[in-house]
Amino acid sequence: MQIKHIDQNAILYLNGVSVSFDGFKALNSLSLFLEPGELRAIIGPNGAGKTTMMDVITGKTKPDQGDVIYNGTVDLTRFDEAAIANMGIGRKFQKPTVIESLTVFENLEMALAGGRGVFASLFHRLKADQRQRIEEILLLVDLQDRVGHLAGSLSHGQKQWLEIGMLLIQKPGVLLIDEPAAGMTDIETEKTAVLFKRLAKDHTLVVVEHDMDFIKALACKVTVLHEGSVLAEGSLEQVQNNEKVIEVYLGR
Amino acid sequence: MRFTREAQWPLLTLLLTLFLMLGLSGPARAAGDLESALSELAKANFTRKSQLVDEIARLEDPRVSPVLTAFLDGALYQHKSSRAFVAFSGQDKGVNLLSGESIEGLKKRDFRKVAINNALRGKLRGIMAELQLRNPSLETRRTAAREMLKSQDAATLPLLKRAREKETDGDVRDLLAISIAQLNALHGEDDEIRIAAIRQLDGVLYPEVRVVLNKVAASVSAAEAKTGTVEAAAHEALKQIEGLISLNKTAENLYFGISLGSVLLLSAVGLAITFGVMGVINMAHGEMMMLGAYTTFVIQQAFPNAIDVSLFFAIPAAFLVAGGVGVLIERGIIRHLYGRPLETLLATFGISLVLQQAVRTIFSPLNQSVSTPSWMSGTLEINGALALTYNRLYIILFSLCVLAGLILLLKKTLFGLQMRAVTQNRRMASSMGIRTGWVDALTFGLGSGIAGVAGVALSQLTNVGPNLGQAYIIDSFMVVVFGGVGNLMGTFIGAMSLGIANKFLEPFAGAVLAKILILVFIILYIQKYPRGMFALKGRSAGD
Amino acid sequence: MTLGPLTRTLLNDRGSQILMVSVLAMTVLIPLCNLAFPEGSALHVSTYMVTLLGKYLCYALLALAVDLIWGYCGILSLGHGAFFALGGYAMGMYLMRQIGDRGVYGDPVLPDFMVFLNWQELPWFWYGFDNFAFAALMIMLVPGVLAFLFGWLAFRSRVTGVYLSIITQALTYALLLAFFRNDMGFGGNNGLTDFKDILGFNIQADGTRAVLFVLSGVALMAGFLICKAIVQSKLGRVLIAVRDSESRTRFLGYRVEHFKLFVFVVSAVLAGIAGALYVPQVGIINPGEFSPVNSIEIIIWVAVGGRGTLYGAVVGALVVNFAKTYFTGAFPELWLFLLGGLFVISTLYLPKGLVGIIGQVRNRLAARSATAQTLKTSE
Ligand SMILES: Nc1ncnc2c1ncn2[C@@H]1O[C@H](COP(=O)(O)OP(=O)(O)OP(=O)(O)O)[C@@H](O)[C@H]1O
Ligand SMILES: [Mg+2]
Repeated sequence: MQIKHIDQNAILYLNGVSVSFDGFKALNSLSLFLEPGELRAIIGPNGAGKTTMMDVITGKTKPDQGDVIYNGTVDLTRFDEAAIANMGIGRKFQKPTVIESLTVFENLEMALAGGRGVFASLFHRLKADQRQRIEEILLLVDLQDRVGHLAGSLSHGQKQWLEIGMLLIQKPGVLLIDEPAAGMTDIETEKTAVLFKRLAKDHTLVVVEHDMDFIKALACKVTVLHEGSVLAEGSLEQVQNNEKVIEVYLGR
Repeated sequence: MRFTREAQWPLLTLLLTLFLMLGLSGPARAAGDLESALSELAKANFTRKSQLVDEIARLEDPRVSPVLTAFLDGALYQHKSSRAFVAFSGQDKGVNLLSGESIEGLKKRDFRKVAINNALRGKLRGIMAELQLRNPSLETRRTAAREMLKSQDAATLPLLKRAREKETDGDVRDLLAISIAQLNALHGEDDEIRIAAIRQLDGVLYPEVRVVLNKVAASVSAAEAKTGTVEAAAHEALKQIEGLISLNKTAENLYFGISLGSVLLLSAVGLAITFGVMGVINMAHGEMMMLGAYTTFVIQQAFPNAIDVSLFFAIPAAFLVAGGVGVLIERGIIRHLYGRPLETLLATFGISLVLQQAVRTIFSPLNQSVSTPSWMSGTLEINGALALTYNRLYIILFSLCVLAGLILLLKKTLFGLQMRAVTQNRRMASSMGIRTGWVDALTFGLGSGIAGVAGVALSQLTNVGPNLGQAYIIDSFMVVVFGGVGNLMGTFIGAMSLGIANKFLEPFAGAVLAKILILVFIILYIQKYPRGMFALKGRSAGD
Repeated sequence: MTLGPLTRTLLNDRGSQILMVSVLAMTVLIPLCNLAFPEGSALHVSTYMVTLLGKYLCYALLALAVDLIWGYCGILSLGHGAFFALGGYAMGMYLMRQIGDRGVYGDPVLPDFMVFLNWQELPWFWYGFDNFAFAALMIMLVPGVLAFLFGWLAFRSRVTGVYLSIITQALTYALLLAFFRNDMGFGGNNGLTDFKDILGFNIQADGTRAVLFVLSGVALMAGFLICKAIVQSKLGRVLIAVRDSESRTRFLGYRVEHFKLFVFVVSAVLAGIAGALYVPQVGIINPGEFSPVNSIEIIIWVAVGGRGTLYGAVVGALVVNFAKTYFTGAFPELWLFLLGGLFVISTLYLPKGLVGIIGQVRNRLAARSATAQTLKTSE
């Protein structure tokens, strides 16, 4: 095992992760280190491997090499999606995915902790405090007047919010968020940035985004991915002035 | 055995034989004396008949063969009053053997049958064989020589030797040599001759040879036979032959497997295209094959005199008919169901029911008979134990041509390029100006058209009926799923491996169980490789 | 307690209410009319009719089973006929053993076909089937275990969509071939038939027929309530989530394969029960029931009725089978055209099936009366 030099503080640690598809290296010995309560932005050109990185963390894709250590002890590469989700790692997809034939309320109920097993879910009943929690989240994502509507009838932006709501209601330790600002208005984008900053106090957040204004609003550490590995890391300003980053991603 | 020596002087053989036979059977008749011989034959007792038959056989008269054939078949009759000889070929029909004219409206009671007994029949068979061995047609001689392998009668030996001397064709000579060796192995004068003959039979794969060798070896078991004895030699030769035979059996199984594989390939390749490009499971695919088979039937009905060339017209016609129906189905129905594969599956299943019933209504619920062109029937005899039927051989070649044609079409033409573009990224393709709608329609038409062509091939192998498609559809699915979607190479390998596996399982498990085993294997295989052998990788293939 | 929410939703669900009431009415009235009124009376229902309707009720239960997995969980099984047939064979084996020495060959133990095949003793898998309780257990266990094994393999390795459909088809096709074989020990081509009695009652008697009919109706209602309870629970919502977005459901922390496996097994058991009730009413079970076409036909019942509603499946099964009986009798040529057309039309134009149309019409009427209302109030 190569995990001996791990900082005890790391909540998530990617160590030399490589993934290849038919010989094409989507991730090339990628290493990444996240502290608890950190807010981290990840940028990089299309095809840099950002989504693939999330696939690896959440168990959708098994890496060819390397480990993903959660909470300093658990090697996530040995678990499947459901197990990883239940450990407290939530994920928002690049394309908003909510369950279209369920109502907004039911979507949130689905995400709520508990009732994950077959028989547990068969006999599952909502408790008052859980109902309360759903109300809170509805308020937070501003969907209280659409509670009874089918999620499929929501607008693109509202689906994004619902999905974020579904993430939050799980009270995850780590939140992986792929391009949240896509399809949102400027005001909504701003609101999202504020929300994320607030959330970062008791969650660890990893945000993938192409929108530079949004990244600026997050005011956090930025990691630049390129061809499957880290090209640069630092504050947004540092990164923006990095020659290599300008070359491959930002342009002059 | 008397002729063994003489046969070594080829020039003298004929004369000597003639001379000896004269001695045996009285004065020879002049050529053209068939008539008198026949009149005598009609009255003679069986001993005399036997002599007369020999005499007739020696006549250089083209009418001899039909006369003896009729006699052998028990169809030789003499008219009670006119004394004419007739060979009956039905209740009231026959041929006047001497004038050669065929006559109708005969009444059997006006005739007297020329009687025959078993001894005479045996004799006649030998004589007929010899006559055939002398026949000017090579094909007849070859068949006769092949037939002679069955003879275990020492008496035929001289006849065989004579025939062999005169024979000009190498193959027929070889066949005759085998017959001679067989007889020598059975009846040779001393062990030396017999062992030498057995050595000659070593490695000869005709089943008759094995019968003979078994007969020779039968008296002593393989373990007890002392080296140097006839029996030991026979056992040894048998062992050699068994080895060769099992090799040939394997080759034959392989051939059957490949031929089944190519049928599967033909029927699955169209499916692979529609499924691969459009993600459409076409349950009516089998009915497209059925349409192709019926097209063949209709063409043969329309031009009954041109059966030999019918397939060359049927192939393009079936392609157009099935392809046209395919395009109609795509434009009319499937187009509205893209992105809903399960619904497409159901709708196309509905179409398959309609097409089946349509064929039942238009033609009939019964199977139709489609003829096989003469150039497709018959077998290619590789050796005594291995014969390849021509129809399967042609179908193997044909399926490979279709596959090659398709690969070329996909790789080298603009249409192929557009098709691949649509497969890989529909939205991008359409934004680049490719009319995806038409590509879809034509692709579906192509897949269906190939199914139609497959139907032409199937019409040569199975019954052409309304259920033809159903019999093949599940197998085609298995091939596509096993090989991996959207990959012609996968389809090819899938079809061949399933075909061959099936034929190799059959001898152990029986046809049905073999099929069940293959199905179970595929069900398990899909668990391991949910997207088949050659899966398309990439996000488009995932969820 | 668990039925609490169920009764509540039943009260809110017009379709389910109507269905339950009409099935109940049928279950009571039809045998009554058969037994209480003499032949020739206007109210008399013939035994033939009772048997026919009983058959439909079994089909309805089968359709329900398919709707549970297809309508709610998106699993399109093209092999559900196999579970139906297995349940049927289990029942058939019991009925065969009941014949005893009254068979043509009079062998006290061996069924006729085994005597005919010169078998000396009963194969081990026929043991116990002379006992009804054991047979009843097998009726559920055999389809259930097969579904479990098959589902466990398939769902665990994430075989989905058309691939799953095709291998379910392969499953039933393989069973079809297997049951055609004489040496399988299930009567080969001819299957099991010539039944005499069930639990000591003559299987041909009107009273037995009526009871079988009632049992089919009860089974249908019970099956409906079970399915309803499942889809109304949170589990039902998980199933819908799986149907809509399997990977989202996974990332929410649900073991999708377990859920699929659960409904697949429940559905297979229901199908098995339907098959078991079907066999004594039609008097025969043969390998034809395994044919892939039968399985696809079930799908069309559900599609025509309206999937994802449960009661739609029942409606579809009844309507399509009535039509089938009528047309195969009156215009046999037309039936396949009609059935084929139904497949096409229901997928193209009736994504929600017949009950969907009713819903649409009602909504439109409601909307119209609502506008009328607002117009009136605004006046
Ligand atoms: N399942 C897969 N099969 C084959 N190739 C894949 C697969 N998943 C990802 N890739 C390839 O890996 C590379 C990285 O993809 P990824 O989606 O991670 O990029 P990204 O950084 O998220 O890009 P974007 O900004 O466009 O979302 C791409 O070239 C993609 O085509
Ligand atoms: Mg991405």
